[in-house]
Amino acid sequence: MLMPKWRLLLPEPSTLFDSLWDSHVISTLPGGGALLAIDRVFLHERTGASALNALAEAGRAVADPARVFAVTDHIVDTRPGRTDQTLMPGGQAFITETRTAANAAGITLFDVDDPDQGIVHVISPEMGIVLPGCTLVAPDSHTCTQGAFGALAWGIGSSEAEHAMATGTLRLNKPKSMRVRFSGTLSKGVTPKDMIMTLIARHGAAGGKGHAVEFAGEAVRALDMEGRMTLCNMTTEFSAMSGFVAPDAKTFAYLEDRRYAPKGSDWKQAVEHWKKLTSDTNAVFDAEIGVDASDITPMVSWGTSPEHSIGINRSIPNDASQQPLDYMALQKGQSLAGTPIDAAFIGSCTNSRLSDLRRASALLKGKKIANQIKAICVPGSSRVKREAEAEGIDTIFRDAGFEWRESGCSMCFYAGGESFAAGARVISTTNRNFESRQGPGVKTHIASPETVVASALAGMVADPRELL
Amino acid sequence: MMAEPFTTLTSLPMPLIRNNIDTDQIIPSREMKSTGKTGLADGLFAGWRYDTIGGRNSNPDFVLNNLRYADSQIILGGSNFGCGSSREHAVWALAEYGFRAVIAPSFAPIFVGNCFRNGILPAVIDPAAIATIEKADCAITINLSDQKISLDRQSWFFSIDDEAKAMLLEGLDAIDLSLKMAEDIASWQKADRAKRPWIYLGANQ
Ligand code: SF4
Repeated sequence: MLMPKWRLLLPEPSTLFDSLWDSHVISTLPGGGALLAIDRVFLHERTGASALNALAEAGRAVADPARVFAVTDHIVDTRPGRTDQTLMPGGQAFITETRTAANAAGITLFDVDDPDQGIVHVISPEMGIVLPGCTLVAPDSHTCTQGAFGALAWGIGSSEAEHAMATGTLRLNKPKSMRVRFSGTLSKGVTPKDMIMTLIARHGAAGGKGHAVEFAGEAVRALDMEGRMTLCNMTTEFSAMSGFVAPDAKTFAYLEDRRYAPKGSDWKQAVEHWKKLTSDTNAVFDAEIGVDASDITPMVSWGTSPEHSIGINRSIPNDASQQPLDYMALQKGQSLAGTPIDAAFIGSCTNSRLSDLRRASALLKGKKIANQIKAICVPGSSRVKREAEAEGIDTIFRDAGFEWRESGCSMCFYAGGESFAAGARVISTTNRNFESRQGPGVKTHIASPETVVASALAGMVADPRELL
Repeated sequence: MMAEPFTTLTSLPMPLIRNNIDTDQIIPSREMKSTGKTGLADGLFAGWRYDTIGGRNSNPDFVLNNLRYADSQIILGGSNFGCGSSREHAVWALAEYGFRAVIAPSFAPIFVGNCFRNGILPAVIDPAAIATIEKADCAITINLSDQKISLDRQSWFFSIDDEAKAMLLEGLDAIDLSLKMAEDIASWQKADRAKRPWIYLGANQ
């Protein structure tokens, strides 16, 4: 190809994704893929013991146990006074076997009663395990949450987890790059959850398929780290490989002095390194999407895929498919606001951090939820729980009629243990409104913590902006 | 763990021609009762195979319960086979039950990767060919080195990634392949440690 000579001297403008990827390529594989270095592996008890046991059975060791972590969050009970016992039949074995396997492998486990226990994607940032520019994998689809720190973080399968632990690498084909730019500013009462739900509603649950997504634009820059985590959390619902935000001063301030974050001269060197983690001005992406943040309103899902979501004041589209409507017992053209609910859930790796609970409790303060509602708040980590309690947030939730739980995934998903009543209609801060996700026949509407609180107070789906 | 090498396979295919069969239908979450990769065969297609949720009474209308297909090692599926959550249990359940190949018009990408890792061949051929095989309802032969599926004198070609093909043919495990590159990995890490010392934990925590 003919090219002016000077062009050859200039490096091609590259995307943040290119730098994250290229800086981890150990070798190019014959099939065109790459052997990619993996900096951190995180396991949880639902998939952890099986990956560790399979590795041990094959006579293999964890290559670098200091960079592998595990936690009990998925199956562990979240009712006060919990032990290893759990409501899921056979669930206790997942907890005890993970403990045995983690000890045998020499990896760090944040066990049931550890002060740092919590949902994997909440505690990894809290301890500075995820860092800008690192690759982090976990056998869990919401690992992309941690991309908020400018890391390449994604969910993998069990065999890949074995591979990552045994070799410190993964064999992968490079996905395409996408930039989603949120311009403008969010209106009052509109949150990062509404941003990501809007993106998925507009571009579909497969909109990010085959891509790694960089979130950019002023509305993203304006978010605090916890907001960025909420945004990145649902990139898996967008079918993207991962989502991430270029690190900045907020990222560094969040991480400084965290347990596993670099210290002293390492810290200074790291920050210098991390400041370079951005996309070049002229970088070309395989796909670009723009969203004006000032157009976004509080969102609620009406169907059984996160793409089945609408602004809270809109009606269910007339071309909505019938099957999800039947499951949700709703009709085309019907408005969601005003639909009576049975339960409300605040928790999950999407919306269970201190800032979420602060905003929710500010709306709840001095009020009572509607009588018939079962309402539960599950802090994302034991640390979030302690910090919230120190601020009196637990009292506000309890006084309003919420249950206040120990941290964990809890009723974000149903694995045969605790669930909402069969067929109950639940408004929930979680990320998946799939059929029976929160229990057999349970009808889940996903929304922001603000919308969940407004709805719990009203006893029906309600617009949080009316409380502001 | 190493899988049995996959060279040729002759079997009566079991027709399960529905589109978008997702991993939760292949193995419902409630059927994943153990921490291991085994003990999953009973949960395979549980929602369709049994007449009640969580029950064990066979639903006679479901093809898996049709004795004619009791020894089938091949599933004939619909498009987007294996979509939904990335759970590898779906593939473990298929393998444990005895399936070695799934033939469909298209697959979900993560499912394909999981198949290769567990010695199962996912082969894509067009819906017309699938309809022909379904109608014939007799044994077919899959020849992996030729990448051919044949029924009497007809045959269909399927494509497959070179690395995946080699892994299946030799029953190789991806970990073995990567461990052969241990020296490259070590020297990469040595250079990286100098650039990003904070990544390598252990000494100071
Ligand atoms: S909170 Fe829910 S979505 Fe998040 S890791 Fe736990 S089960 Fe998965």
